[in-house]
Amino acid sequence: MSERVLMKGNEAIAEAAIQAGCRYFFGYPITPQNEIPAYMSKRMPKVDGVYLQAESEVSAINMVYGAAGAGARVMTSSSGPGISLKQEGISYIAGSELPCLIVNIVRGGPGLGGIQPAQSDYFQSVKGGGHGDYRLVVLAPSTVQEAVDLTMEAFDIGDMYRIPVMVLGDGMLGQMMEPVEFKPFQGRALPAKDWATTGTRGKRKRNIVNSLYIEPQALEEKNLARLEKYRQIEQREVKYEMQDCDDADIVLVAYGTTARIVKSAMKAARREGLKVGIVRPITLWPFPAAVLHNLAETAKAFLTVEMSMGQMVEDVKLAVNGVKPVYFYGRTGGMVPAPADILEEIKKIYGGEK
Amino acid sequence: MARPKALVDMSQHYCPGCTHGIIHRLIAEAIDTLDIQDRTIGVASVGCSVFTYKYFDCDMQQAAHGRAPSAATGIKRVHPDTLVFTYQGDGDLAAIGTAEMLHAAIRGENITIIFVNNAIYGMTGGQMAPTTLVGQVTQTSPYGRQIETQGYPMKVSETLATIEGAAYIERVSVDSVKHIKAAKKAVEKAFRYQMEGKGFSLVELLSTCPTNWGLSPIEATDWLRENMLPHYPLGVYKDKGGEQA
Repeated sequence: MSERVLMKGNEAIAEAAIQAGCRYFFGYPITPQNEIPAYMSKRMPKVDGVYLQAESEVSAINMVYGAAGAGARVMTSSSGPGISLKQEGISYIAGSELPCLIVNIVRGGPGLGGIQPAQSDYFQSVKGGGHGDYRLVVLAPSTVQEAVDLTMEAFDIGDMYRIPVMVLGDGMLGQMMEPVEFKPFQGRALPAKDWATTGTRGKRKRNIVNSLYIEPQALEEKNLARLEKYRQIEQREVKYEMQDCDDADIVLVAYGTTARIVKSAMKAARREGLKVGIVRPITLWPFPAAVLHNLAETAKAFLTVEMSMGQMVEDVKLAVNGVKPVYFYGRTGGMVPAPADILEEIKKIYGGEK
Repeated sequence: MARPKALVDMSQHYCPGCTHGIIHRLIAEAIDTLDIQDRTIGVASVGCSVFTYKYFDCDMQQAAHGRAPSAATGIKRVHPDTLVFTYQGDGDLAAIGTAEMLHAAIRGENITIIFVNNAIYGMTGGQMAPTTLVGQVTQTSPYGRQIETQGYPMKVSETLATIEGAAYIERVSVDSVKHIKAAKKAVEKAFRYQMEGKGFSLVELLSTCPTNWGLSPIEATDWLRENMLPHYPLGVYKDKGGEQA
């Protein structure tokens, strides 16, 4: 039996990756994720793994590309500005259909922004970020325990579909301490990495890891094959949490740490007799659009709460598709919404003020 | 002259008179001689060299512009018992990939870089490169490279010679039979050093680009001799394992 230990979110993510079999970490310092590389630099040598601090985020993600192409479980971590620099490599990784984990402990932006928690990298994570037609699986934990569980699963999802996976946290999740349990990792049955560059070892023809298709017909064919894979992921991998939505007039939608604050507001609203529920997307891509679409039949309105100027709200609107009004409340720049403010917004909607 | 085993039997996309073909052959011959084909992994870059992933009969990865040394680092760290090489031109390595090249050397990464210097961007149609000579006319230095505004050509081998982590750095040329023979030895030596775990090795090969230089292949080799050799002297710049360490 594993026991519960008190750990910082960033360190818990690092330990979870190691327990999931990740043995290669390539990174570059940036706040508020520094505990991840620090932990890796200590732990990796003890498990015969590799920790390497690259000269830039650009270089680090290309090391991930090489290691992933060579068949390894590999990861990198960063925050906003560093993730922007990694986008070139992420596009190549997606185009070459390689699995890896990218952890983004989001801070306020744009530009150098700040170092306080934010959710302003939603568009970048979910809608592409780099060039070309591609998707990442984006997982959004709201507790340290969930960060551990999702980090472990991220590697399996990556390997199963040959797709880069992002764990999207925020500075709050990275820095907070909570008790966590490392359950023995029960991996999925995964296909062999017979495509990896390992040296042919006299056993097979050469393998080529590549994203260049100079003939447009070939590139379209490749992209459409990947689209088919994306459709499968949309069918099989959607995750969300739903609470008190059966009789809800207003459905709150929030992810990550913001969802915890929203839950407090929801409880306060219920105490006042206001029928409020919550949908918390755990996978931001694939997005739980169907559940929101169905709730549009019973709910009267939706309120999306984010630590941004309004990003995920666009996906909520697409899912609801005009059937019911979708409202937004957000704080930005590293400011965190308070339960009282959210309750106020709920009352405004009830009172017809919004 | 039989085709080396490590080269795929297919026509290559290079222009007539281009020396990439010679350099491909030298690498393939080294792989054959050292009998390492089944544990060699190559990394193609961006530029005319982009299609090298098709031409070498070993596992290959294609890397983003300038990032081949980082991709090679990732591969080598996962499979330390393999031979990992990158094949990069001067735009890729000496401009956009300067940091990656330099830091791979600083880490003493046990990989081999084959650096093809033809003083111009070939694939994109002949733009000025960091290695373009002073006064050299290119698509983007139509009045010749001006020191005042465009600075001096970058000397990669000389720069890397100052890096402690670099084990073997040599500049060779493929303009004559004599030089090609020396180049063959250098490429083989770089791979051998990697097999022996000596660390970072780079062979810079002075090469021609008749198409973008606007010269015939013969004129191009003459131009290399007259203009590039004086500015880019051939020789061993660093040899940690040799007598002149």
